[in-house]
Amino acid sequence: MTQLSHIRNFSIVAHIDHGKSTLADRLIQMTGTVAQRDMKAQLLDSMDIERERGITIKANTVRIEYPAKDGQTYILNLIDTPGHVDFAYEVSRSMRAVEGSLLVVDASQGVEAQTLANVYQAIDAGHDIVPVLNKIDLPAAEPDRVKAQIEDVIGLDASDAIPISAKSGLGIPDVLEAIVTRLPAPHGDRDAPLKAMLVDSWYDAYLGVVVMIRVMDGVIRKGDRVRMMQTNAVYGIDKLAVLKPQMVDIDELGPGEIGVFTASIKQVRDTRVGDTITHERKGCDAPLPGFKPAQPVVFCGLFPVDAADFENLRDAIEKLSLNDASFSSEMETSAALGFGFRCGFLGLLHLEVIRDRLEREYDLDLITTAPSVVFKLHMKDGEVRDLHNPADMPDLTYVDHIEEPRIKATIMVPDDYLGDILKLCQDRRGIQLDLSYAGSRAMVVYDLPLAEVVFDFYDRLKSVTKGYASFDYTISEYREDFLVKMSILVNEEPVDALAMMVHRDRAEARGRAMVEKLKELIPRHMFKIPIQAAIGARVIARETLSAMRKDVTAKCYGGDASRKRKLLDKQKAGKKKMRQFGKVEIPQEAFISALKMDG
Amino acid sequence: MQEDWRDGGFGIYVHWPFCQSKCPYCDFNSHVAERVDQSRWLTAYLAELDRLAAEVPGRLVNAVFFGGGTPSLMQPDVVAGVLERIRKLWPQANDVEVTLEANPGSIEAGRFRAYREGGVNRVSMGMQAMRDEDLRRLGRMHRVAEARAAFDIARDCFDRVSFDLIYARQDQSLADWRAELDEALAMAVDHLSLYQLTVEEGTVFAERFKRGQLRGLPDEDKAADFYEVTQEVCGAAGMQAYEVSNHARPGAESRHNQVYWRSGDWLGIGPGAHGRLTLGSRRWTTEAPRAPGEWLATVGRGLAGELPREALTPGERLDEFLIMGLRLSEGIALDRMLGLAGKGLRADIQAELESDGLILMGNGRIATTERGRLVLNHVIRRISEGLS
Ligand SMILES: Nc1nc2c(ncn2[C@@H]2O[C@H](COP(=O)(O)OP(=O)(O)OP(=O)(O)O)[C@@H](O)[C@H]2O)c(=O)[nH]1
Ligand SMILES: C[S@@+](CC[C@H](N)C(=O)[O-])C[C@H]1O[C@@H](n2cnc3c(N)ncnc32)[C@H](O)[C@@H]1O
Ligand code: SF4
Ligand SMILES: [Mg+2]
Repeated sequence: MTQLSHIRNFSIVAHIDHGKSTLADRLIQMTGTVAQRDMKAQLLDSMDIERERGITIKANTVRIEYPAKDGQTYILNLIDTPGHVDFAYEVSRSMRAVEGSLLVVDASQGVEAQTLANVYQAIDAGHDIVPVLNKIDLPAAEPDRVKAQIEDVIGLDASDAIPISAKSGLGIPDVLEAIVTRLPAPHGDRDAPLKAMLVDSWYDAYLGVVVMIRVMDGVIRKGDRVRMMQTNAVYGIDKLAVLKPQMVDIDELGPGEIGVFTASIKQVRDTRVGDTITHERKGCDAPLPGFKPAQPVVFCGLFPVDAADFENLRDAIEKLSLNDASFSSEMETSAALGFGFRCGFLGLLHLEVIRDRLEREYDLDLITTAPSVVFKLHMKDGEVRDLHNPADMPDLTYVDHIEEPRIKATIMVPDDYLGDILKLCQDRRGIQLDLSYAGSRAMVVYDLPLAEVVFDFYDRLKSVTKGYASFDYTISEYREDFLVKMSILVNEEPVDALAMMVHRDRAEARGRAMVEKLKELIPRHMFKIPIQAAIGARVIARETLSAMRKDVTAKCYGGDASRKRKLLDKQKAGKKKMRQFGKVEIPQEAFISALKMDG
Repeated sequence: MQEDWRDGGFGIYVHWPFCQSKCPYCDFNSHVAERVDQSRWLTAYLAELDRLAAEVPGRLVNAVFFGGGTPSLMQPDVVAGVLERIRKLWPQANDVEVTLEANPGSIEAGRFRAYREGGVNRVSMGMQAMRDEDLRRLGRMHRVAEARAAFDIARDCFDRVSFDLIYARQDQSLADWRAELDEALAMAVDHLSLYQLTVEEGTVFAERFKRGQLRGLPDEDKAADFYEVTQEVCGAAGMQAYEVSNHARPGAESRHNQVYWRSGDWLGIGPGAHGRLTLGSRRWTTEAPRAPGEWLATVGRGLAGELPREALTPGERLDEFLIMGLRLSEGIALDRMLGLAGKGLRADIQAELESDGLILMGNGRIATTERGRLVLNHVIRRISEGLS
C-alpha cells in the first residue's frame, strides 16, 4: 500500500504529434520501468495501426516509481493520451482519473487547436497543469515566443514551463521533479467503503475483459466480490494488477491508486466507462457522477466486395466491437450493394482505422459508402426519428422538418491563410462566431454543420493552408435547416449507396461535382451511360459517359501471347472489384472517391 | 486437344536482336552492338535447331520468320545457313513461307538478292511512315525516298513484299492519313501491316509521355476514327483486314503470323524468343534468355537456350486461343473452342455480344465484327467469362 502523499497521477496531453508518447518513453526509460533492451520509440503505441501511422489512438497507463530529490520514492501513474480529435473522448475520461496534466507544446509549432481543447478540459477537470515546451532541439524551436503564446492564448502562467527535448532526453529530470513538486497528491479515505471509477476496459485474448480502475476511497483486493453500480452486475476479482506497462500482480489497491482487474467478464459492452465499482456488501451509498458514453457521430455502410464474404464480415465486426464500444454496427441491405453493415464511428479517422483493421486483420475487401451524420426527422405526427442512412429517408409528405448536428469548430491558422479558411468555412455553410489573434496566428471559431465536416473538410483545411492549420471541434446542438435527399442515378437507376443528404442551396453544386466525378470514375461501357443527380423526380445535374469505342492491342504476335494472357487475368481480377448495377459496373473505390470535392 | 495445334500449323521464329539504332517507341528485344561475331551466332542458331528437332522431329514446316531487331543486318550466309539446316531437319510444306524483316535502308537493300538465293521468299519492310517529318519524329534513320528505292529493289527480288506503317501519330490528321494511306496502297503489292502507335512501357516515348512531352496523340475517340478510316480506305482498295492490324488480298495473308493467331505450334529461337509446343496432352510455353550475350554464351557452352518451361493450364490454353484467334476476321472454330473449354459459350453472353454488334456466329465459327475488333479486349474478356 502506498501513502497518498507519495502518489502522483497525471495525464500527458497535447496537440497531435507534439511528442506526448515520446515524452512518456523518456519517463519510462529514466525511471528504469522498462529494461533498456525492451525500449522502443512510442513504446505505449502497441497496436499495429498506431505504429504504422505514428499516432496514438488509445490512451495508455503506466505506473512508474521515481526516487525524488527529497529522498522519497513516489508512485507515478501516467496516462498517455491521443491527440487526434476523433479520440478526444479518450482524453476526457483519462483526465477524470487523475489530478494533474502535463501540457506538452511543440516549441517549433506553438499552441494549436487541440492544445486549447485539451487545456480547457484539464481546467474543467480541476487539474493542476505543468506546461512543457518540447522539441527544443529543433532549430525552428522558439521557446520564448511559445511561452508568450501560452500566456496570451490560454491564459496560463508559463513562466515555469519546462523546456525539454523528449527525443534527446534533455530536461526530463526537471519534468520528473515537477511532477512531484507541482502536481497535487490524490485524496481519499482508506477506511471508507470502496469507491472506484471504471476508467477503461479492453479485451485481451488470454484474460478476457480487462477493467482499468482508479480507486477513490477504500481498498480493493484480489478475491473481492464487487458490484458495478450502473449495470448492477456482481463479479469476483480474479486478478488484480498494475501496468508497468506489462501487468504485474498486486495484492491490493488503495485510494489514489490506478490498476486493472479481470473478473470473467465476457464483453467490453458489459462494462460502462465512468461506472462506479464498490463492494457487493457494505458498498458505498452514492456513485460517482459517471460520464456520458462516447457517441458515434459518423455513419457509413460497409459491404463486402465479394458478397460471399458477408459472414466473415459479420464475424470480424463482432470481434472488433468486443474491444471498441464506441463503434456501433447494425445489419443493412442495399439494393445496390447487397448485405452489409451500417456502422457508426467517432469520426473519419476512427472510420478509417476500423476499416483498415477489418481489411487487414480479417483479410476482407470492403466497399465503404458515403459517410453521413445522424439527422433528426421531425415527422408530422410529432414523432422524432434518427436518420442514419440517407437511403432510409421516408416520403417527404410525412416529414415536418429536418434537423442536423452542428459543431463548434476552433481553427488556428497563420494569418496568411486566414482568407482561405474563412472562404472554406463559408462554403461549408459556416457561421463565424469569433476571430482573434495571437501574434501572427489567428484563432477562428465557427459554427458549422457536422455533415459538411465529416468528409473531406480536414483534408481541404490541410491543403489550403499547406498543413499549417489545426482544427478541433465539439458537437454543439441539433438545428433545423433546409435539407433534402439527393439521389444519384446511373443509367437511369438510383444507386442507393450514393444517396446523400444535402442543403437545398448547395444541392446543384454538390450534384454537379458528384456526376462529374463519377463520369471519371466509371469506366466506359459498350453503351452510353447517363449519370444524374436528382432531388425527388427532379434532375439537377447530368453527365453522359460515352460508349467505349476502342480497346484493342495493335500488335500481338508469338512473343506477346503470355503478356496478353496476364493482362486478361488482371482485367478479370479488376472486374471482381466492380459492383454491378443493372448493366453498369462501378468500381469499388468510386463510392468514396466520388464524394471528394476539389473546390 | 492433343492435335489441336495442327489447325494452326507449325512455324519457326528466329530472333536477331541487333539494330543500328534504338527507336524511341520500340519495346522489342533489340540492342545496338558495336561488333557482332555473326559466325558464332550462326553456330548457336544451328545448335538450337538441332536440339529442338530432336524433340519435335518430322513436323511439316509451314513458315519460317526472321524477326528482330533488324534481321536485314544479318549476313546472307547466316540466313542461308539457318534455312539449310531447317530443310535438313524437317520436311517443308510445298508453299513454305520464309519471311525476313527488313529495314528500308540502302545497305539492307544490297543484300536482298543474296537472301533470296538463301531461301527467303518474302520480306516485310519497316516503312513506318510516308512523311519525312514523321519518320524523324519516330526516330527512324531512313527517309521516304530511300525507303521507296529499297522497296523497289525488294519487289524485283521477291514475289511477296509487305510493309509496315505506324499511324495515329503525333499531330496526325485524319485527312492526311487518308492521303498517306492512298499513297501506301498505290505502292503495296498484296500485304500491309498498319499499327496504331502504342506507347509501350519502358520506352523513351513512355518516359516522354509521363512527363507530358509526347503531345498531340489522339484520344480514344479519335483513335477509333483513325481505325475506322483505315478499314474504309483499305477495304475500298481490296485490302481487307484479315487481322486487327494486318491487311492482305485474299490468299496473301502472312502464313507465319497465322500460326500464332490460329494457335499452332512454333519454335522460338534466339534471345528472348517465345515458343509454344504441344507435346502429348500438354502445351508448353518456351522462352529464351533475353540478353543477347547471355543467350549466346549459354548456347555456346552446349546448354539449352531456354528458361524453365511452363505448361499452360487448360484455362490458360483456352484464354490464349481466344486472345489470338479473335484477332482474325475468320474468327475461331466452335469445335476447337468446345474442345478446349469443355463447354459452350453462355447463351446470355453470346446474345449480348451479338446484339451489341461485336460478334457474328456462322459456319461453325465465332468471328468479331469490325466494331468488335475495335473493342477486342472487352469481347475477349466477355467470351472468356462466358466459358468459365
Ligand atoms: N526533434 C524532435 N522530435 C520529437 C521530439 N519529441 C517527439 N518528436 C517527434 O515528433 C513525432 C511525434 O511524436 P509522438 O511522441 O508520437 O507524438 P504524440 O503527441 O504522441 O502524437 P499523437 O499520439 O498522434 O497525438 C515523432 O516523429 C517524434 O519522433 C523532440 O523532442 N524533438
Ligand atoms: C519487330 S517490329 C519491326 C522491326 C524492324 N526492325 C523495324 O523497325 O522495321 C514490327 C513492327 O512493329 C511496329 N511497331 C513497333 N513498335 C511499335 C509501337 N510502339 N507502336 C506501333 N507499332 C509498332 C512497327 O511497324 C514495326 O515495323
Ligand atoms: S529498328 Fe525496329 S526493332 Fe530496331 S529499334 Fe527500331 S523499331 Fe525496334
Ligand atoms: Mg502519441
